[in-house]
Amino acid sequence: MELIKAENVGKDYTAGEVTIRALDEVSFEIEPASFVSFVGPSGSGKTTLLNLIGCLDKPTKGKLTVADTDITGLDRKQSASFRGEHIGFIFQDFNLIPVLTVYENIEYPLLMVQNVPVKERRKRVAAVIEAVGMTNQKDKYPDQISGGQKQRVAVARALVTNPKLVLADEPTANLDHKTAYLVLELMKRMRDEFKTTFIFSTHDQKIVGEAEIIYTLEDGQLAGREMKGGTNG
Amino acid sequence: MANLFKIAIRNLMRYKRRTILTASLVAIGIIFVLVFSAAAGSFKNLIVGQITDSMLGHIQIHRKGYVASIENLPLTMNMKPQAVAKIEKMLEGMPEVEAYSPRIKLGGMFSNFTETTNIRLNGVDPEKEIKTVPLLMSRIKEGERAIKKGVIMIPELLSRGMNVKVDDMVVVIATNKDGSVNGKQLKVGGILESATGPGGRDGYVHIEDAMEILRMDEKEISEIAVRLKDFGALHNVYGKLENMLSGEQNKQGKPTFEVHTWEGLSPFFNIAQMIDIMTLFIKIMLVAIVLISVMNVMIMAVYERIREIGTISAIGTLPSKILSMFVVEGLLLGVFGAIIGNAVGLAVVFALRLAHINYNFSRQTFILSPSVQISDLLIVSVIVIIVAVLGSLQPALKASKMEPIKALRHV
Repeated sequence: MELIKAENVGKDYTAGEVTIRALDEVSFEIEPASFVSFVGPSGSGKTTLLNLIGCLDKPTKGKLTVADTDITGLDRKQSASFRGEHIGFIFQDFNLIPVLTVYENIEYPLLMVQNVPVKERRKRVAAVIEAVGMTNQKDKYPDQISGGQKQRVAVARALVTNPKLVLADEPTANLDHKTAYLVLELMKRMRDEFKTTFIFSTHDQKIVGEAEIIYTLEDGQLAGREMKGGTNG
Repeated sequence: MANLFKIAIRNLMRYKRRTILTASLVAIGIIFVLVFSAAAGSFKNLIVGQITDSMLGHIQIHRKGYVASIENLPLTMNMKPQAVAKIEKMLEGMPEVEAYSPRIKLGGMFSNFTETTNIRLNGVDPEKEIKTVPLLMSRIKEGERAIKKGVIMIPELLSRGMNVKVDDMVVVIATNKDGSVNGKQLKVGGILESATGPGGRDGYVHIEDAMEILRMDEKEISEIAVRLKDFGALHNVYGKLENMLSGEQNKQGKPTFEVHTWEGLSPFFNIAQMIDIMTLFIKIMLVAIVLISVMNVMIMAVYERIREIGTISAIGTLPSKILSMFVVEGLLLGVFGAIIGNAVGLAVVFALRLAHINYNFSRQTFILSPSVQISDLLIVSVIVIIVAVLGSLQPALKASKMEPIKALRHV
């Protein structure tokens, strides 16, 4: 059973009297525990697609099912609940909350979104913080750690809720190559450990190779699907 | 909930200077309100105390219709001894009543044997009168501080105008209720300093002298002044008295008596009300200060944290929780301001109290003795906190309604 199913998904944006087609009739399926990348040049629709899958935006047409839920029909509150329950996010700029420590940033979704009891919370935070190798830095604030460490914290924050899906929009764009590979390696390891599906977007060709399934987007249309070890579509 | 407060405190501490500045503004507003209320309250209490304790008493009971004709001091509207006895029994049974004083009020002519003028006289039982209006004796600026039989206490105005001094003999002439005229020679026992308010031509005689001047066979009382143990219970006791006396009806089925608090008898009540209105305006200014300060800070806070709002919204924080986060920040700003403002305000009021600042109005000296009631502190604090929450509500609503996708794109 697929985790994500997109059927003829389209997204139009209107700017004044001009309508821009960001996505056009996109269809695909993604299985659980996949490590998927959407690639393409700027403006190809990668971020738009990730926003739609992440319930941050709604398609103009088509049907999008994530974790057996047709997310096109969810209202604001339902979307927020759905994201909190099923989806983790990793952002290009890390987007950690500056007034919270590393530990508190990772704890935030359990505390403020899922209301997990304190004992369970401590156990889960300890597990992911250990997994991303940030235990020694847990009391530091975001402005006291490096970019790579911030992204590791972001990965931990995305995984702490045990989501079915983690979406990462250009997660390595603000990192040097060495750190970028380390972060992707960490994401892959987390996928193996937690069986979470990772979808990330990038336009960095060197990073793309780390994905097991690569979807190529061009002008809002799906131009190709490549699996590691061969092309398919 | 504790986590909302923890995050709010950290966010406030993130911009320490701005938070301190806003909390200080709120605090300054509170200090201003507390000090003004305390000082104005002190003046008001002094004025009210002066009027009630030296002349009116807290409550007065008359025969129905007397107050409407009070300028004429109508003897035909005095209360009969049986009615007075009934009221006295009632008053003695009320634990809230400290003292009461029956008075015979009359208008008459005052003569120093060469000149004549009009005078308003209060025939009183000295013992009861002093218990009811304890400051009366302090108004006697010359002569013996006692109202004895055969003496008259005359107002300063008359003493000066008629050139009458203590121990001089004078004649008081009055028309009784049958229309016949009678006079009595009295010795001037004292000169009364004029009280604040009406009473500039009011003199005092012993109640038995008043009866003699009016050729009364029995005590027919014009009014009964009542002093309460607790001035704060004025309206409760007034209501109670009115209830009790409303049962007393004449043959036509109409009420026999009327009850008035000092507020209904003195024009100074309007001044007291004006002081209250001024205090209210100061409180409205405080509300405006708090509202504008908190709203301004919270609008800035939301604007500066748009991307953060986008992030927490994206990871599933419900709009209601985002709203709470910002409202709690506003609430804390109000609480910080209220704590600082109350502490400093109380210190200023205490310092003013210790300073014993005097004000001379005519011949009366008022010593400023401001005080703050716990209820005042609570009311001001609650107002400030509620307004701070209201001030943060609009920016908080804006934050909670923000589309995460737009917020995340914000630069």
